[in-house]
Amino acid sequence: MKCSQCQQAEAVVHLTQMTDDQVTKVDLCERCAAERGLETASAVGKTPLASYIAAMGQGINDTVVAGDLAFVCRTCGATLQDFRESGRLGCPQCYRTLGEPLRELLRRLHGATRHTGERYQLPGQSQEPGRPEPGHVKLREQLKQAIESENFELAAQLRDKLKVNE
Amino acid sequence: MIDLSLLADGGLGWLDASGPASHLVLSTRIRLARNIETQVFGSRNGVVERESILQSVEGAGRGGVLMRHAVCFRMDTLEPLDRQLLHERHLVSKELAGLDAEGRVRPAAALLVQDRLGVLLNEEDHLRLQGMRSGFALEETYAEVDRLDSELGQRLPFAFHPEFGYLTSCPTNVGTGLRASVLIHLPGLVLTKEISKVLQGLGQVGLTFRGLYGEGSEVVGNFFQLSNQTTLGKSEQDLLDHLGKIVRQVMEYEEQARQVLLRDAPAIIEDKVWRAYGLLRYARTLSFDEMMNLLSGVRLGVGLKLIGGVGLYTLNKLLVHCQPAHLAAAQGLSTDDPSLAVQRARYVRKLLDDEAARRG
Repeated sequence: MKCSQCQQAEAVVHLTQMTDDQVTKVDLCERCAAERGLETASAVGKTPLASYIAAMGQGINDTVVAGDLAFVCRTCGATLQDFRESGRLGCPQCYRTLGEPLRELLRRLHGATRHTGERYQLPGQSQEPGRPEPGHVKLREQLKQAIESENFELAAQLRDKLKVNE
Repeated sequence: MIDLSLLADGGLGWLDASGPASHLVLSTRIRLARNIETQVFGSRNGVVERESILQSVEGAGRGGVLMRHAVCFRMDTLEPLDRQLLHERHLVSKELAGLDAEGRVRPAAALLVQDRLGVLLNEEDHLRLQGMRSGFALEETYAEVDRLDSELGQRLPFAFHPEFGYLTSCPTNVGTGLRASVLIHLPGLVLTKEISKVLQGLGQVGLTFRGLYGEGSEVVGNFFQLSNQTTLGKSEQDLLDHLGKIVRQVMEYEEQARQVLLRDAPAIIEDKVWRAYGLLRYARTLSFDEMMNLLSGVRLGVGLKLIGGVGLYTLNKLLVHCQPAHLAAAQGLSTDDPSLAVQRARYVRKLLDDEAARRG
């Protein structure tokens, strides 16, 4: 079957779309599919992350998958194949370079992507200028909640505490 | 043969049954996974790097207070029996001891231990800080481990990301890196067949359960390790509060189940716990699993005040000292020696006899 867009190459993606209650079928070749931001089944099979994420189920944007296909960590040399096989990342830098697919995995594992626990400063590093202390952030959150719940007495106390801290 | 007397309480302070709710909770353990920023994670690390991690962490520990006088056990210099001993004392994981499926000790795998605190080195993560206490004591255990974390974190560059938190080899531990476990005895829920509902419920509230020796181990003697499943998205305090709340609930269910047993089948329960005690007191051979099941019955009897001639501390001691490596080491045998079951029964009889004589 020929691609319904370029009418030249063999179609490898077969889409069934719903538009205004009308069912339409589109057959696309690999190149035309890629132009529309769609990952083909054959391309998915060729790359470990895509297979890995495909196995994880839905929820991943195809274009995101396409953007992270060639991951090899520059620091430790770990590839997505390694990650898929062992379930372990190679080094701290892997976290910094993996990007969105990692967030999706964390969302599935933990139901969250952001650390909200204790903050850490490397030895010898002081608090970044202008960056509030964690306790400060908590106080501000509590203040916001107190105002929202119209607990003005508590809000006043929290505001005073914040002033003292500042 | 390693000298465990070098450790405070032989590393067994957690089983003295002195902690809160000791009649239900054997111990509380908390571990924090940490890695060194400049190093690749354990699974990809070379021997030289692993050695350097061991040196720098030991140096950092000795430069502080909480690990200044730590005993260091290098797993790669220990005999298998010694490694198993440490594992049976819950001081090292199966993986660190080289007792997992791979069956080999990783280079520079080591344990630093001082009082109730320990650091597992060169496991899956570079450091696993751990604290263990008797009974149900999440706050106190965390406070100690947290102090050790601060002390080491000031001397070593831990891998930390503003968005993802503490970075770990496995993404299941990232964020706080915190795993808190409570080892709890639940015979009432097992006997009333309510346990599966409770365990299923745990999964729904983000907790998980494991066996006596943690990850990958089987449940023996009705002991369950309840712990947090996720490590990211909640603060350390929230994780501890949540686990604490659920453990208290499980403890309540267990107490209720015990009251139901006493109310509906008092003669059967009384018979069951005394039979368990009788078998332990007079048996001539005991496998570890059989002993654990009988100890569970006796522990239930002690909890229900049906049996008075034995204390929880003695039951805890039996639990540790009748494990294969402990018995084998004490008797100069190998862990697969067929006479171990006879030695175990003899040891149990002696301890129970002594205790009964002492208590009159």
